[in-house]
Parts: sequence; structure tokens; C-alpha cells
Amino acid sequence: MTNTAATYNPGAGGSAEQPDHYLVGGWSLRGWLLTVDHKRIAWLYAISITAFFFLGGIAALLIRLELLSPPGDLLSGTAYNRVFSLHGIVMVWFFLIPSIPATLGNFLMPMMIGAREMAFPRLNLLSWYIYVVGALFTVAAVIAGGVDTGWTFYTPYSSLFSNSAVIAAATGVFVVGFSSILTGLNFIVTTHTMRVRGLTWFRLPLFVWANYATGLIMVLATPVLSITLLLIALERSLGIGIFDPALGGDPLLFQHLFWFYSHPAVYIMILPAMGVVSEIIACFSRNAVFGYIGMVISIMAIALFGFIVWGHHMFVSGQSLYAGILFSFFTFLVAVPSAIKTLNWTATLFRGEVRFTAPMIYALSFLGLFTIGGLTGIFLAALALDVHLHDTYFVTAHFHYIMVGGAVTAYLGGLHFWWPKLTGKLYSELWSKVAALALFIGFNLTFYPQFLLGYSGMPRRYHEYPDAFQLLHVLSTLGSGVLAVGYLLPLVYLAWSLWRGPNAGPNPWDAKGLEWQTGSPPPTHNFVKIPVVREKPYAYK
Amino acid sequence: MPTSDPTPDMQFDDMPQQVRAGVMGMWVFLITELLLFGGLFAAFTIFRVQHAEVFAEAARHLDLILGSINTLLLLTSGLFMVLAEQAVSARKRGLALWFLAGTVTLGVVFLGIKGFEWHKEFSHHLMPILDLEFRYPGEHPAIAEMFFNFYFALTGLHAVHMFLGLVTLLVMAVLVGRWRQPSRLDRQIHVVGLYWAFVDVIWIFVFTTLYLLRA
Repeated sequence: MTNTAATYNPGAGGSAEQPDHYLVGGWSLRGWLLTVDHKRIAWLYAISITAFFFLGGIAALLIRLELLSPPGDLLSGTAYNRVFSLHGIVMVWFFLIPSIPATLGNFLMPMMIGAREMAFPRLNLLSWYIYVVGALFTVAAVIAGGVDTGWTFYTPYSSLFSNSAVIAAATGVFVVGFSSILTGLNFIVTTHTMRVRGLTWFRLPLFVWANYATGLIMVLATPVLSITLLLIALERSLGIGIFDPALGGDPLLFQHLFWFYSHPAVYIMILPAMGVVSEIIACFSRNAVFGYIGMVISIMAIALFGFIVWGHHMFVSGQSLYAGILFSFFTFLVAVPSAIKTLNWTATLFRGEVRFTAPMIYALSFLGLFTIGGLTGIFLAALALDVHLHDTYFVTAHFHYIMVGGAVTAYLGGLHFWWPKLTGKLYSELWSKVAALALFIGFNLTFYPQFLLGYSGMPRRYHEYPDAFQLLHVLSTLGSGVLAVGYLLPLVYLAWSLWRGPNAGPNPWDAKGLEWQTGSPPPTHNFVKIPVVREKPYAYK
Repeated sequence: MPTSDPTPDMQFDDMPQQVRAGVMGMWVFLITELLLFGGLFAAFTIFRVQHAEVFAEAARHLDLILGSINTLLLLTSGLFMVLAEQAVSARKRGLALWFLAGTVTLGVVFLGIKGFEWHKEFSHHLMPILDLEFRYPGEHPAIAEMFFNFYFALTGLHAVHMFLGLVTLLVMAVLVGRWRQPSRLDRQIHVVGLYWAFVDVIWIFVFTTLYLLRA
């Protein structure tokens, strides 16, 4: 992409000629809490989701510590149920769903399409407030009210039996859903109406495509979750028994409605990650992304197929066998675009000048971890095999490979890739590589043993287990310690870079894309002069 | 004409772009709303097919006359909304205010009748919530109870949307009353009108599935 009309000179570097960037001035509380600048809102989100990430991480660490020894000695069964519920609720709803779209997406999407702002800046701020209020309320309800339903709120346990603050927790998640809807709405409308001159749909960076598809899923799927949670709250408060078999209702209906949202939600988590990885791999192999059109079609196909596979969470629920066969088939089908993307990333590396920077190590980790996560998904999509594997640690390992190995790794990769753009500073090359490697090693050590555990029959959500499983559990807990180092290190050296890091200049990676053709940090309205696009994306060679 | 306004919001290049974004934003929001109701309608459909006869019988206990009157009121209200929009674009402030008043009044009467209907069901012991006694005169009272659960969930959710729509309409009426920058009003009333039309359309489906599919 080329910015021929811009007056700003990217080669000049330094911050001297960029005194008016978005971080200058307005450091009052009001300047941040009432900002409508998408870049500042991205920071508000980044700080909030980081806090929730470490809260969920503490819960994860408690889980791993409990499982260090076979008897349930650290936590009681009830306490364990509460801790894994807290972990799941916080990580899924308050970290993973908003992670890349609300931070990197919010910051970069308008810049990548040459816009000065999102289409609806105030709605953008509103979405952050809704998120924070809803999330804090939910966490308070989960901790104080001892919610023990898991993040899925399965009926009839959640509606009839759980003696905990399910109504409050479900209401909180319901509220947060609206924040996600507003973000998605903003992405869709911004992509449609705000593209700069010359930026046709097939010149959009894949990160924009990915966030656009994510926006579609947020808008189409989240309301179904909203109504489902509303029905749970109505069932518990008013006695409307739509999921209560005693009142003629059907608890399985909950699972159908829940997964109609929550399976596409997996793609809310992974699609933006795929977008991030596309940008990083293209930049650090100095190659155009292989098969751009195929990548775009794959993104949209994943978003579409994501809506018709929810039944694979219910193979053993007693749903019709024919439904099971169809859902299994569609699930195999959704693997095709995912595989196309993985192969295309690999092909992008081919004959490229690969540079192993920290973002690239994260991106390559993603490639490996996502492949393992994806292939084990195929195991689970097979009807017969799933009977053996369902509700075991195999499933836990599978979705952690996708959501943590995939989404979180890509989030960190993106954070490192665009950190110079976000802050105008460079971070320590050595420490960032150490952190990226710690993450890769720690992650595999934590979760690979869980495949073996699950395959040998260790069920998920148990706080005690037979002695034979101890070795693998100990390995997994050790890995989680290494993983924690991988997550804590960036906090240190990234914070340090803000204070002592050298200035990055507008384009330290020599990357393509409109966001690199303006200052770092960018001016308040992103561009000093609005650019015009005359090239295909990823014109590296 | 929208283009006559020279000052779009900061993020837009010109007014047509801003109008496009605003209208598209509302359409996307309505798609979200559609799926919110969609989940409930899907659940209802499953039970309706499973217990076709009992549901059809239970539907006879709803007041078709009040339901029809409400349908008429809401559709007329929708007509007034469209006329208000036209009046704004013809720059007739007084007329627009009258049409808006008509839209709001009919909406309020709708909610009044709905409340009366709920009270009627309550006094006939057909309100199976909050541990109220459910005394259904027909066969299979347990399944009929499910019908009434859906009835209250669907009409309740619709009423919440009506209420939000009425609040938005009142804000709109204030804006039209002030009559600053009429070209902005064009866009705003169009967006509000879309929402009101959506509330209309949802009611048509509620009315059809609950009231009309009867034995």
C-alpha cells in the first residue's frame, strides 16, 4: 500500500516533528475517561482486559496447584468448582472475546483503512463502559455469590440446582454482550463506509477482513446468547420454565441456544488472531501473503460455517444421530478454510527473507499451536471418537491450544508488532524473545500432557484423581509456571520501554499498510494528510 | 437535502457519508435485535411443533379482539411515523410534531391495552410466573403453561422494546420542536423511524404466532 499523497515524511523519525500525537495533552482523568478517540479507547480496553487476564490467571494457577497431587487437599470440591468457574467466565467473556478486536482492532482498524475515527466514536466509548460495568458486576457476583456453574451456565444445574448468584452473573454477562455487539456494529459500519479513496475491498489488509468478519459474528450471534441468559434469569426469578423439564421445558434447548452463540464465539476469538498473524508473517518474511483472495474467502467461510457446527458440543447429549452426523460433517468442513489459511501462511514464508523478531516468534508459535489445536479438533469432530474423548482433559487441551496457544499468542504477537506504533517506543529485543520462547515452551509443557491425560480418561472439572495420573499433572503444573513467566515478562519490559525505550520512528519494521505511514504515536486524527491507496496490500516485493 | 449541511462530524468527509453510516448502523443494530427475538421465536417454534394441539388450544385463551385492536393501533402508529418523516423532509415543523404526537399516543395506548390484557390473564389465573396459581380450564395444563410462559416472555420483551422506542420518539419530538439544523433531523428521524418500523414488524410476528395460530 502506498501513501503518495501524505505530506508527512516517514524517513525523518523521532518525535520532534510530531508534537501533536494522541498521547500529548489531556492526561487528566477526564481526558481518558471521556475520550472518544479510538486509540485511547483501545488503551482503556487493553488495561481492563489485562487486569481480567491476570485475575483469570490466578484462578488458573490455583487449579494447577490443586491438581499437583491426587487427593483434593488444597481446595474443597466446592471451592474448586468456584475457581474453575471464575477462571472460565473471566477468561472467555472478559478477556478472550474483547481481546484483539477491542484493543488492537480498535486502535488499528480505522488507521488501516485511512479513516480519522470509527464511524461511531461515542458508541465506542459506551461499549467500554458497558463492558467494565458488566464485567465488574459479574466478577463480584461470581466471587461473592460463589457461582459454580462453569462458564457455560448449563441447565438444569444453573437454573434449578446451583445455590449461587447465577441470576446476577448471567445478567452481568448479558450486559457485557451489548458491548461486544456495539464493537461489532462499529467495525462493520466503519469498514463499509469509511474506507479511504482507492482502498477497495480486495486491497484491505487481512487484519481488517478478520475484524470485519468478527464484527459480523458479534452482531449475529451475541443476541442469541443474550436471550438465552435472559431466559435463565427469568426462569430463576419469575419461574418461566422454558428449560425446566418439570414445567414441560427442555434443558437441552439451552445447550442448543448457548452453543449457537458460543461456537461462533470461538471464531470471535480466533479470527482476529488469524488477522494479526497474517500481518506479522507478511512483514517478517518480506513477502505478500500467499493467496490473498483465498485468505479472504477462508475468513468469510470460517465465519459462515461457524454458525452451523454448534451441535458438535452435544454429540453425547442424546440429540438425534442424524443431527450428529450433519454437525460432524460441517465441523470437518470448517477445518478446510482453517487449513487453507495455515498452508498459505507457510507458503508465505517460502522464499521469504524470514527475520526472527519477537512478533515473528509469536506468529510462528501460533502457527504450530494452532495446527495442533486444529488437528485435535478433527479428532473431536469424529462422532465415535468423541464418545471416548468428550468431557475429558483432551477437550480442555484442544480448546486451550486454540484459545490460548492461538488467540493469546497472537494477541501478544500483535502487541509486540504494533507496540512501536501504539507508543512510539521500542522494547528490549532480547527480553521479548525470551518471553516469546517461554510462552511457547511453557504452553506446550502445560497443555500437551493434558491430551495424554484426557486420552487415558482423566475427566475435566475434577479436583482429585487416581495416582497414575500424577506425573502428567505435575508436568502440566510445572509448565504453567513457565507460562506465567512468559506472560509476566512483557509487563516488565513493555512498561520499561515506555519510560526508557528508544524512539521507534514511524515504521521501525519497514512494514506496509497505512498505519505505518503516519507518525508513531499517530496524530490525534491518525493522518496529517489523508492518504490515497494505489497498490495491492502486502506489496513487499 | 442532507448535502446542504456543510459540517459533518469530524470523522466523516461529507454529509452523505455520515448519513450512510448512520442508516447502516441502525440496520445492523436491527439485525442484532432480530436475532434476539429470533432465539425466542426459535424456541417457541420447537415447542409449537412438539405440542401443536395443546398450544393451539391454549392460544384460544388469549383475547383476539384486544390483540387485533393493538395490531391496528400499532400499524397506524407506524403510518404516522412515516408521515412524520415526510413532514420533516418537507420542512413542515408543526405537521411533523402532530404526526409524532400521534405516533407516541397510539404507542402508549397500545401499551395500556397490553397491560389490561395481562391483568385479564392474571385475574383468570393464566399467569404462570412468580409462583402464581395457574388454573387452566383445558387439557394438558402443564403444556399450556409453557405456552403462557412464551406468551409473557415474547410480549414482555416486545413491550420493553416499545417502551424504549417511545422514549426515543419523545427525544425526537423535542429535537423536532427545537428545529435546529433540519437536515440533521432528516437523518435522525429516519433512523428512529427504522426502529419503530422494526417494533411494528416484530409485533406482526408475535400476533401471528401467538394469537392467530389457534384451534
